[in-house]
Amino acid sequence: MTKINKNPLEIEFGEDIQTTPVRVAYVKGETSIAVERERDEEVLAFPHLIVREVLLFEILLIVLVIISLIFDAPLEDIANPLHSPNPAKAPWYFLGLQELLHYFPPVVAGVVLPVLVVIALVIIPYFRINLIRDPFWTGNIRKKFIIFSAVVLLINSPFIIARAFPIYICSAFIYILMVVPLLFPRSSGLAARIRKIPLADWIMIWFVLVSLVLTGIGVFFRGPEWRWVWPWKSGIYY
Amino acid sequence: MKLFHYIIQGRVWRSIFRTGLPETNYRRSLVILNNFFLHIHPAKVKKSTLKFTTTFYLGGIAFGLYLILLVTGIYLMLYYRPSVPLAYRDMKDLEFVVSNGKLLRNLHRWSAHAMVFIVFLHMLRVFFTRAFHPPKEFNWVIGVFLIIFTLLLSYTGYLLPWDQLAYWGVSVGTNMIKATPIMGEKIRFLLLGGNFVSENALLRFYVLHCVVIPLFLTLLIGVHFWRIRKDGGLQGDLEHYAEYEPDIILGKNIRVEQRESPNQSLVGTGNDENK
Repeated sequence: MTKINKNPLEIEFGEDIQTTPVRVAYVKGETSIAVERERDEEVLAFPHLIVREVLLFEILLIVLVIISLIFDAPLEDIANPLHSPNPAKAPWYFLGLQELLHYFPPVVAGVVLPVLVVIALVIIPYFRINLIRDPFWTGNIRKKFIIFSAVVLLINSPFIIARAFPIYICSAFIYILMVVPLLFPRSSGLAARIRKIPLADWIMIWFVLVSLVLTGIGVFFRGPEWRWVWPWKSGIYY
Repeated sequence: MKLFHYIIQGRVWRSIFRTGLPETNYRRSLVILNNFFLHIHPAKVKKSTLKFTTTFYLGGIAFGLYLILLVTGIYLMLYYRPSVPLAYRDMKDLEFVVSNGKLLRNLHRWSAHAMVFIVFLHMLRVFFTRAFHPPKEFNWVIGVFLIIFTLLLSYTGYLLPWDQLAYWGVSVGTNMIKATPIMGEKIRFLLLGGNFVSENALLRFYVLHCVVIPLFLTLLIGVHFWRIRKDGGLQGDLEHYAEYEPDIILGKNIRVEQRESPNQSLVGTGNDENK
């Protein structure tokens, strides 16, 4: 009934609970998967979930009504195709793209990079790198460090050539954040926690940081002719 | 109270809500299972998924915003005409003539901005908690398209007030489309109904904003929710995933032995009368 397992990845089945343990998990080394978790306690969706949903919606509505009573949506003069404001800015969520337009030709900033981002997001769950939760800095760290540094440099070289400083500065920041904890080989504390972050998370953190910085620059630091301005000196252009 | 019971137990009420008072656990589960709008929920949920810090309720907030936008949007349609001088005048009417028109417009505007932001946060939450793992990988893909639709909805709505901000914001964005190789000019012409942002563009954006994209978004939201259930629930346990692709989900480090049937937790017995 129970067979001896030669392949450690193969799942063992058993009918009789007395001869086959109900559930056994072998864990080697460090892993972040919550293996010890018991079967979760379950509650009825009504009322527990439904009440929360209704409350959440009501709180959301109240908060938005209060915001709407205090702040008015902008409304400028009627559209005039003959008079373009300077700068002409897109809505805030596209200002990261508009900022890219400052460094790259329109094909790259407006088409290639957004399409790449969408493709990258879509394929996330289909790549093993995103499913494995092992810390990045394991195994042959010296070899990994050299390959990783080369890859980072390679990926960032187009940005350096295009002088897209928000991107390569973010890359450098993340790179330093990843590498510096290697100098502190203690097994606890902040450095140890940073060392445990998997590569997939690092890539996402980098993406979020770049998006935030580009959008932030586009919203706050760009004025007429898309020149750099300080928002506390000349205000926010929109 | 007697009248209340009389109504609830009466034939008319029971023909609409067959469950009756949810006094027992069995009936509480029937509240979900017998209701068209609620049956997208499972009858039972894991306690840990209800905790605020598990999900920050971001998906729920995004859906709440969607509902607010739907209702306020339909109201706004009553006061808005998508043609060139009228669109802007209707904005002014909303501000100064229509009762609570300003509140209505503010609510729609801020909810739209909030939705873009919340949907992005929702994506990050799902990523960092690894909620896209198999078997939920396709639901992640649907989610990415939901983000794109949210952005498109917000962007098409941006033109409708027909003020300087709207006009030039959309001009800048649609100029980017022109950069697409080979078919860029054609896509832009199709979208704007001309070579620059004009009344045709306003009408097209209006139709896209009020009919086409909401339709797709609503359909996709339905699929998105339905698939959460079909794929084993929010943050379903790892053993449940392990049926699909054990070595991917559990990595090389772990081996799990399968136990009893995974669907055991379904509610279905009629004698579950304990509190």
